[in-house]
Amino acid sequence: MKNCDYQQIDPKVVPTYASPSHIGTRGPRRVRRKWEVFPGKNRFYCGGRIMMAQQSGVLPLTLGLILVTTGLFFIFDCPFLVKHLSSCVPVIGAVLFVFVFITLLQTSFSDPGILPRATLEEAANVERQIDSSGNSSYRPPPRTKEVLINQQMVKLKYCFTCKMFRPPRTSHCSLCDNCVERFDHHCPWVGNCVGKRNYRFFYTFIVSLSFLTSFIFGCVSTHLAMRAQGGRGLVFALQESPGSAVELVICFFSVWSILGLSGFHTYLVASNMTTNEDIKGSWSGKSGDVATNPFSHRNVFVNCCSVLCAPLPPSLIDRRGILPVEEESAQMCHADIQLPANKNQRNMCSQGTKGLLESAALSPLLSTSCPQGKAQAALLGPERHSAADSEPSLQFSKGCRAQHSAGSQGNTSSTRHTHHKSHSKKHKQAALNISNPTCPDSAPSSKDGGHRRATFTQPLETSLCDGR
Amino acid sequence: MSEFHNLQELRRSASLANKVFIQRDYSEGTACRFQTKFPSELESRIERTLFEDTVKTLNTFYAEAEKIGGQSYLEGCLACATAYLIFLCMETRYEKVLKKIAKYIQEQNEKIYAPRGLLITDPIERGMRVIEVSIYEDRGSSGSSSGSSSVSVSTAR
Repeated sequence: MKNCDYQQIDPKVVPTYASPSHIGTRGPRRVRRKWEVFPGKNRFYCGGRIMMAQQSGVLPLTLGLILVTTGLFFIFDCPFLVKHLSSCVPVIGAVLFVFVFITLLQTSFSDPGILPRATLEEAANVERQIDSSGNSSYRPPPRTKEVLINQQMVKLKYCFTCKMFRPPRTSHCSLCDNCVERFDHHCPWVGNCVGKRNYRFFYTFIVSLSFLTSFIFGCVSTHLAMRAQGGRGLVFALQESPGSAVELVICFFSVWSILGLSGFHTYLVASNMTTNEDIKGSWSGKSGDVATNPFSHRNVFVNCCSVLCAPLPPSLIDRRGILPVEEESAQMCHADIQLPANKNQRNMCSQGTKGLLESAALSPLLSTSCPQGKAQAALLGPERHSAADSEPSLQFSKGCRAQHSAGSQGNTSSTRHTHHKSHSKKHKQAALNISNPTCPDSAPSSKDGGHRRATFTQPLETSLCDGR
Repeated sequence: MSEFHNLQELRRSASLANKVFIQRDYSEGTACRFQTKFPSELESRIERTLFEDTVKTLNTFYAEAEKIGGQSYLEGCLACATAYLIFLCMETRYEKVLKKIAKYIQEQNEKIYAPRGLLITDPIERGMRVIEVSIYEDRGSSGSSSGSSSVSVSTAR
């Protein structure tokens, strides 16, 4: 039964660590950081400081196009325009280019607002609440919870991968396998999700890119027009400055989509909506009720400020945090499945308070991750239909595609690919993020954090597998 | 139930019995707020007012961190003008408040919760989703309750 499979972790997949540590040894040990055991599909560089989606998408293409176009602009057009027009031209171009480049890197490399997965106890707690609400059928229905937000009912969905009810406006990105707060969309052009933390970078990027593209387009047109003066013709001008032809083509084709995208996102910012909500029609009242956006402040200026000028929220995933020592010894347990529970208790109780808090902190990373890929697909099934029904957002044909948890329109191949890959990867992830896999005989009062699997699975297995 | 005079004693002689999770309160939007509803598991452990005070103070801290006002507009505009590079150099307002919160929780744990055999985990370590309150039983006392048997009360229904 798939719900039971959902909790099982294959003990054979338990990893061996390159530098195993034993309790009490004082040998040199490589410091491990939390990003190394991060359960999502992200890539980390520079010791966890830089993070990106697993597939870089077309980020190299984006970078290449911007660098090539700007480079050609400085080489071919600037000398002429400085001589014949104004020396401000390269200055403005340089400023815009710097803005575009920096905000692009910030959008690509920062944490979009990923929510760490629920700890075992949290997940067990939520499961208990769901099951105790009277539903003990063989196949639990998709789990939703209604909350009242600003006098409007909003449905919160349960995330099978992250094992929690998603906060409002949070969505699970199937490409990155993370729940992202205020999820806007997954942008292949920047190779990362766009969410609460990096939306302002993204918005600044596309706005400054619109300015840069329009500026270069204008300059190139002026340059060619000036060269073609005196009856010499456009062909002559292009021959004299071949780089300008390339720039003209690139800018001509990209300026419309980028301007369109900027306009669209300006509308979203002004109405405090996300691309995800706009596509799903969450607040357009398609359900029949008059649904207004409960998060909007009903004032364009306040909306803009709250989206772009609000204090930058912190990253919740603590990539650079050091994995505590007992995490190593805990993971040593996994190789030795029959470890008695009292040893775990002793490990826990031998720490100080800080250690207690640290072991609590590492729990998000140790949350059992043998996610129910199929169930998620089942859950996504109806959503995918509704997403497909809604308009495909033609403005995204060249711009960013909204790939949200409802599956991407027209990008099912990558979603399928993701599920394919995820199936084998999830075993690995489950092993990496394992808490104590068994200790079925562990005492009921066994400790918290990474060693709580027994109490987590037992209630689940009994309640969910009853119908078997 | 024995008294724990400080956190050191707590860890030496106690074992974890249960955890209670205080969920987020979304009634006013996505701003960080926790429910002030008093969970039934803590009824025998701590006075209701003390607990509610702690949660309300935490809520005020978070509201202060996320406040949108004149100062945050200026900071936002300045940040935008520098292409957000100042975020790399400066500690943001949110981070400053988070440090205050960590200190406050540490203080509360030492003064109020540890003597009662409880421990509050900073919500930032749980992705700001829950306030986790760990309940400890004295190891010397009779068998502690199973973690899986208790029913948690905090829901946002």
